[in-house]
Amino acid sequence: MTVRVDWRASVALVGRVLQYLSLPLLIPLGVSLYYGEDTLAFLVTVGLVLVLGFGLQALDDDPDIGAREGFLMVALTWLSVGLVGTVPYVLAGLGTESVLAQPANALFESMSGFTTTGATVMEQIGLERHSHALLLWRQLTQWLGGMGIVVLAVAILPELSVGGAQLMDAEAPGPGIEKLTPRIAETARVLWLVYLGFTVLECLLLLGANGLGLAPNMGVFNAVSHALTTMPTGGFSPEARSIEAFSATVQWLIIPFMVAAGTNFALFWRALTGERTALLADSEFRYYAGVLGVFAAVFSGLLFTGLGAGLAEIPAEVAPIPGELEDALRHGLFQTVSLVTTTGYASMDFNTWSNLGKTLLFVAMFLGGSAGSTGGAIKMVRTYVLLKSLKRELFTTVHPEAVEPVRLGGRALDEQALRGIYSFLLLYLLLFFAASVLVMLDATRVGTELSAFEGMAAAATTLGNVGPGFGEFGPMGNYLVFPDTTKLLMVFLMWVGRLEIIPVFVLLTAAYWRS
Amino acid sequence: MRVIVVGAGQVGSTIAASLCEEHEVVVVDLDEDRVEALTFELDVLAVQGDGASLETLRETDIEGADMLIASTDDDETNIVTCGTAKTVGDPFTIARVKTTKYLDTWEHAEGALGVDFMVGTNLLTAKTAAQVIGLPAARDVDTFAGGRVQMAEFEVPEGSPLCGQTVQEADRFDSLTFAAIIRDHEVVIPTGATTIAGGDEVVVIGSNGSVQAMAAEVAPHADTTSDVLIVGGSDVGFQVAKLLERRGLHPRLIERDPERARDLAERLPDTTVLESDATDRDFLEREHIDEVDAVVAALDSDEMNLLASLLAKRLGASRAVAVVDDGDYVPLFEEVGVDVAVNPREATAEEITRFTRERYAENVAVIEDDRAEVLELEIDSDSVLAGRPIRESVADLPEGVVIGAITRGEAFVIPRGETVVEVGDSVVVFVDTEVLEDATAKL
Repeated sequence: MTVRVDWRASVALVGRVLQYLSLPLLIPLGVSLYYGEDTLAFLVTVGLVLVLGFGLQALDDDPDIGAREGFLMVALTWLSVGLVGTVPYVLAGLGTESVLAQPANALFESMSGFTTTGATVMEQIGLERHSHALLLWRQLTQWLGGMGIVVLAVAILPELSVGGAQLMDAEAPGPGIEKLTPRIAETARVLWLVYLGFTVLECLLLLGANGLGLAPNMGVFNAVSHALTTMPTGGFSPEARSIEAFSATVQWLIIPFMVAAGTNFALFWRALTGERTALLADSEFRYYAGVLGVFAAVFSGLLFTGLGAGLAEIPAEVAPIPGELEDALRHGLFQTVSLVTTTGYASMDFNTWSNLGKTLLFVAMFLGGSAGSTGGAIKMVRTYVLLKSLKRELFTTVHPEAVEPVRLGGRALDEQALRGIYSFLLLYLLLFFAASVLVMLDATRVGTELSAFEGMAAAATTLGNVGPGFGEFGPMGNYLVFPDTTKLLMVFLMWVGRLEIIPVFVLLTAAYWRS
Repeated sequence: MRVIVVGAGQVGSTIAASLCEEHEVVVVDLDEDRVEALTFELDVLAVQGDGASLETLRETDIEGADMLIASTDDDETNIVTCGTAKTVGDPFTIARVKTTKYLDTWEHAEGALGVDFMVGTNLLTAKTAAQVIGLPAARDVDTFAGGRVQMAEFEVPEGSPLCGQTVQEADRFDSLTFAAIIRDHEVVIPTGATTIAGGDEVVVIGSNGSVQAMAAEVAPHADTTSDVLIVGGSDVGFQVAKLLERRGLHPRLIERDPERARDLAERLPDTTVLESDATDRDFLEREHIDEVDAVVAALDSDEMNLLASLLAKRLGASRAVAVVDDGDYVPLFEEVGVDVAVNPREATAEEITRFTRERYAENVAVIEDDRAEVLELEIDSDSVLAGRPIRESVADLPEGVVIGAITRGEAFVIPRGETVVEVGDSVVVFVDTEVLEDATAKL
């Protein structure tokens, strides 16, 4: 069998990306110097990415990327970045009691970071146990992964300008990408610029709230850390109790930024460049806003009436909710936005919610943000198109001769694009069911107590890059309960979930490698 | 006036015949026999040659001509003929085109391609057909501002709920203006207190929805033409569907070719496109053709149109309108049961003739034998309306002028006393012919 894929070109470009990974690694390195913490972990990692980067680049000094090489490059980039990201965790954990010293845990944490999942294996998060540098690195991995490592590479590497659109298409959430400018590198830069802008704005607002005395524990470190994980819909927090640790003001402040993170970034760019109504005119955005509104209303209602929360179990840190309008609204909205956009923050432990509330949260985990956002899971545009095409099916059942294109914002979608959406949805669900079974199987093997609901939630939350699940691995818990084999399965799920399955799965077909 | 008509087919000869009494007409055609026949039939100068060539045009003394009408069967020839004429003289050029794409270009930049007035045959045919199946009680319907504004002239029948109501009572629709009442052939500009009587004609201007609602109000028991079936996805069929969509209707369209059907479905969001054969009885019955108010047959062949119309009528459709390419068939079609037969050539010839006679500007609707006009104007800074609330500017306008509707960009603005008209707005006004000159100068 002759291999028809120029894998050397793909690997060489992965090398280029790894070289550049040394730059963001300098940030935790500097922080560790500033706080007088262990610098070795980051020094070694910088050295490693440089050696690996230049080594791999030597495989092909003039890489030429086609469609096939593009898939391989994107899939490998995410895998290798995830692998390299484990190094600081392992090195920092060596000789301490930290669970991160074990490679499987470190890999889980690293992949969960880059894919903006936000699931953690850290038992005790917090500065008492971990260095500033390591916790900041954890936040930074999410920020890098949010808008996309490959998109960033296209923005800065001139050699990617030709195959760039292909690469971004393979990486970007949602079906297809939208070129905002004639040059793809320019589009990539624009997206990152909008992303950076929102991150800085959130950071400043959080600091401002702190300055006004409305957010007591939101210091510079926390403000930067949370800004870094809101916009990528990440969900990591250096606080063990996530956003519950902060004031109501902070919780209200974070909500709009999570909503923005789940919005198509191209719309912000168009709104900023003169098309004022771009957001409201977009049918996906309207649908997204509607979905958020409905879920938020239901959750707030459940909390307000007391149907949603197991009353006795409301944690001491959270004010009693039933009957308190502001509390019910805030927690209802926060959890809705957090889970629908796949951020994974929590303003209260939703483990304490009733089964009805939890089931609804589980459903929300599948929805995901808009296409072209940083959100994970299925994405708004796909469910929207699916609903419209189901309506069409019902109509054509009555009128078999009717030719009825499915429209998205007035534009007719071609049937091939629809087929792409159906197959994605089917693949996503198949993968979810298979993963649920495997998680339960593994739990039975080692004798972990895991309910069927928890097993399914574990699969859904990692595949959808959401983060928290229920039970032991709820928003305030961690994933240590799972055996290493399950963690590796979850690493795989997070990886394919971030890349929306297809770019990884085509690599598994024989046709891909042959002519 | 010296008029040159290029192309002496049905359209060209009809035009020449109707113009030759009053004007000096020169006809150009490639076909020698036709040229010879014309020389004897009509009092015109007939020249044999290619109208698109400068040589032939010079032969007709194009430099001294006032008007050139290019009416051959070929769109490109007609456009090139106009352009060529413009290079040597300055006649007013009129081109007949079939496909709507050239018309779109021309409408986007009037005067483009050396054409001063373009008549789109297919669109014109569609308009004629669509008008026939128009609103139930409406005598005349015209659209303005790219289809966002509609003008309708309703006849209020005796016994209509509107009889005896004042305009204020009758005006229940948000985006509708009562522009005028025509009573005994006199134009009355209504105030809120004017009472509507049976036999009056009311002219209303407003959004499509409000005009539809008004139609239902005028004659609530009339068979509201809302269910229209178009047979054949030809360009004419497509244009009919588009015109009906603009009126807020949801027509159905039958097209046999799968690719064309898909294409039409994509371009007509409010139309249900059905991919089938219009002569398939089972299919027609399944689609409840007996409840259809009007069928428009716009297939490519006259015979098929006849068959489709008769079949639809037989199965219970209320009215059938058929497009007939061959003018000789028109009376025959109407005799055997087609309610209205529309002949594109006849419609085109009529339109061009009317234009040469009246030279009316684009987007003008003539009311009641030219007693009043409804026209669309773009407001520039010289207009008395610009930058002022309507209440103030009305004082500077002669009586007999009513601001019917305003469109600003894509938006429909309801004109009220306090509404400030901005430069660049498109305004649809009703003007009494007596004050037309004075009013248009000020607006």
